[in-house]
Amino acid sequence: MSVLVNKNSKVIVQGFTGSEGSFHAQQMIEYGTNVVGGVTPGKGGTTHLEKPVFNSVEEAVQKTGADTSIIFVPPAFAADAIMEAAEAGIKVIIAITEGIPVADMMKAKPYIKERGATLIGPNCPGVITPGEAKVGIMPGFVFKQGRVGIVSKSGTLTYEAADQIAKAGLGVSTAIGIGGDPIIGTSTKDAVQLLMEDPETDAIVMIGEIGGNYEAEAAKWIRENGNKKPVVGFIAGQTAPPGRRMGHAGAIIGGADDTAAAKMRIMGENGIHVVDSPAEIGAVMAKVLGVEA
Amino acid sequence: MNIHEYQAKELLKSYGVRIQEGIVADTPEAALEAAKKLNAETGTSWYVIKAQIHAGGRGKGKVKETGSNGVVLAKKMEDVPTKAADILGGTLVTIQTGEEGKKVNKVLVAEDVYYPGASEPKEYYLSILLDRAKGCNVIMASTEGGMDIEEVAEKHPEKIIKEWIDPKLGLQGFQTRKVAFKLGLEGNAFKEMVKFITSLYNAYVGSDSAQFEINPVLKTSDDKILAVDAKVNLDDNALYRQKNLADLRDLAEEDPLEVEAGKSGLNYVKLDGNVGCMVNGAGLAMATMDMIKLSGGEPANFLDVGGGANATTVEAGFRIILQDPNVKAILINVFGGIVRCDRIANGVVEAYKSIGDIRVPIIVRLQGTNAEEGARIIDESGLKVASAITLKEAAEKVRAAISA
Repeated sequence: MSVLVNKNSKVIVQGFTGSEGSFHAQQMIEYGTNVVGGVTPGKGGTTHLEKPVFNSVEEAVQKTGADTSIIFVPPAFAADAIMEAAEAGIKVIIAITEGIPVADMMKAKPYIKERGATLIGPNCPGVITPGEAKVGIMPGFVFKQGRVGIVSKSGTLTYEAADQIAKAGLGVSTAIGIGGDPIIGTSTKDAVQLLMEDPETDAIVMIGEIGGNYEAEAAKWIRENGNKKPVVGFIAGQTAPPGRRMGHAGAIIGGADDTAAAKMRIMGENGIHVVDSPAEIGAVMAKVLGVEA
Repeated sequence: MNIHEYQAKELLKSYGVRIQEGIVADTPEAALEAAKKLNAETGTSWYVIKAQIHAGGRGKGKVKETGSNGVVLAKKMEDVPTKAADILGGTLVTIQTGEEGKKVNKVLVAEDVYYPGASEPKEYYLSILLDRAKGCNVIMASTEGGMDIEEVAEKHPEKIIKEWIDPKLGLQGFQTRKVAFKLGLEGNAFKEMVKFITSLYNAYVGSDSAQFEINPVLKTSDDKILAVDAKVNLDDNALYRQKNLADLRDLAEEDPLEVEAGKSGLNYVKLDGNVGCMVNGAGLAMATMDMIKLSGGEPANFLDVGGGANATTVEAGFRIILQDPNVKAILINVFGGIVRCDRIANGVVEAYKSIGDIRVPIIVRLQGTNAEEGARIIDESGLKVASAITLKEAAEKVRAAISA
């Protein structure tokens, strides 16, 4: 079953003919993702990577039955592209674009919610269900099929976790990169909930970073929900100074609850297996699941 | 992006927000001219001289060279140039600058707004910022003006008024009135505050700001409401459509190494530790810093080289890290996904040779596509570079390097 994307997902690429869109669309097709076409306004009617190009998402949905979209549109136009996808009836929208103005996302988020769409990102690596579909920019080979779900704010740290999980003799059900922006479509808690309810996921890796309250919110929910599956957690930025933005627009310590220490404490109090070192994610997961690494 | 108080006030004024008037000056002579002009325009006979740096706590802060505070009052026009001279060119140390302080290149000569009159002047606090949990903007106000808001939040949370703004509708009239009433205002001061908050919100939205903090907002003795100070933080992601505001960037306020890194497309933040690091991806970069600490070192920096790590970016990263004299070892941590590790390894070797004289040990950890091949290239390069594949191995090699 997995979550969000699988072999039945019909995927369109918004920003299909641009350099990023082209490169990653090609990678996704090679992985086996069912890419049914793409959208580039003004290039409708042409073919790109042997797939049809449409002028609008609406047209793409009508002609291909697409239900999932991945967005590579430049930041100035990305919020518009997200809203266009939701309006056209796309159910899962994955926005890779980094650098969208906060004011734009503030308007787009309630707009897509009213239309029943799920947004992952922006500023994220995407979603992968190994062996079925890769709707993102991650290196597919790192993710082995298995029963551990991953939720993460960070791209390369997700790959790191997936790699350690594979080396521990385990694999991944679905990995969800939720993104590092201050306003994102799917919170840590929302993503954890999807994996908790997924019968094909036995355990969850939750990777957060400084800034915001998403990890604390997720940790409290996990406990209230009865700690049904083991969760291994890590927070990046234990050594980050307050008030400085660490790469991701959202990774900044504003108040006491934003620090890695505070988040790790809350996660620990709520029954999450917190690791201090990012090198321990795979080993601790194997131990929690009783597997010989 | 942060801007100076005088720039922030100009921005607010352009949206109809009443401000404490002032004129910026970069020499004592210009300060005197500013005072004369201000006297002619506003009738003020006292002058407030305020150091312009991107840090708070200026009033209590001290200029290292002269002992002057960062904000001083001149009760006579002829005192303005000498008092300005005690601040200009000096190094101001405040609670927010750290011990090294910040050089003051400009002062704002401002009118006195605490003049006596029918009522006592009173200070308030107002800010507008993003509430990340709710995904919308929030106005925060308090009667405890002039105080540190974190302190108020801790000791008197009931004294903080919050109004959340619907992103689709914007600020509504009743919300503005609610804030003004809760601040205990009435009569003309109430009307002035309603206008103040409305204009302030328009300025916030119009400038694509990420945070406004007006502390204090002053009710003058004749019931005017105005901004005595203004901190404005702009949304970096929106600067492409705020060209005039983007031009207000003051590079003198930023770390020169960070500015240089930005030019090479690198995201660098200088820290105080002894182990430099260079990583692809912000999350992994922070995690690498944490790992350095767990290995007994302290991270000297945050450095994200982004998705396409190659010889050029690695060389630029090396050059920036090596300018930091505290660095005793460098850890390169790259997860090669779509970029292959053997290519990154060649890039590291090339960059190393191009720089030549590197005296600190370097640990290169490459994981992902062709990781073994990458490690082999590093090991066979004949350079003083240690390779690692797992994070654990990298951590052990960092520990060995700093204890050697």
